[in-house]
Amino acid sequence: MACFIAPAAEAVVTTVITKRLEKKEKAAEAAAGSENTEAKRLRFSDKLKWLNRMLWGGSALLAFEHIWHGEIVPWFPFLTRAADASDRAEMLTEIATNGIAMSLLITLVWGIMVAVTGRLEKSPAPEETEEEALS
Amino acid sequence: MTLLITLLSAIAVTLVWYLNGKARRLGIGTLCLAFWGASLMWLVDAVAEYIREGENYFKPAGADMLNDAFLGLAVVALGLAAWVISVIVRDPDGVVRRRLKRHE
Repeated sequence: MACFIAPAAEAVVTTVITKRLEKKEKAAEAAAGSENTEAKRLRFSDKLKWLNRMLWGGSALLAFEHIWHGEIVPWFPFLTRAADASDRAEMLTEIATNGIAMSLLITLVWGIMVAVTGRLEKSPAPEETEEEALS
Repeated sequence: MTLLITLLSAIAVTLVWYLNGKARRLGIGTLCLAFWGASLMWLVDAVAEYIREGENYFKPAGADMLNDAFLGLAVVALGLAAWVISVIVRDPDGVVRRRLKRHE
């Protein structure tokens, strides 16, 4: 119905946080003199971008699915279920259940990605091939 | 079917991202994350539907399955089209810019 609205709302929040954090991190690096301090480690804002991409990408593709099923229309109120009071209640319930569950699952998967990459950053990487060095 | 097709695409794109340096430079990682995001969201939908319908979830009508398969393919096509457009617009290897200069 409109379950993608919850992850899309989360995406807006995390994108704003990412932008602010990125500025702070760049300022901190500039103040430190160079980006050399933890040269080979990703900034946290870069890792937040993974979450943004999963949330925005997933929401966009789910929005396409809703257009496909005729649940999103190009006129007000844009969501067909939002026109009728009983349908609206059902839609809000779905956003509160499925939508929140989607947001939580994606955030959980992102958390696992951050934890795994954190461990990988601590261990030495195998020698870079010529092709990788160029990319 | 939509979940299955998107999930298979996510796996395929992830393998391309891991194995191919040039694909990484062209930003295939974004497409990879978008497909994973959509797959996870449809997984939640699938679990909710399974809770509602029980084992009938695994016995969809032929017409529904066909429509879902079309939708899955359309989703993959849309994702790929968006990625190709972003590659052309960003032009990380300068291919488009070099072609344009040649015709100046």
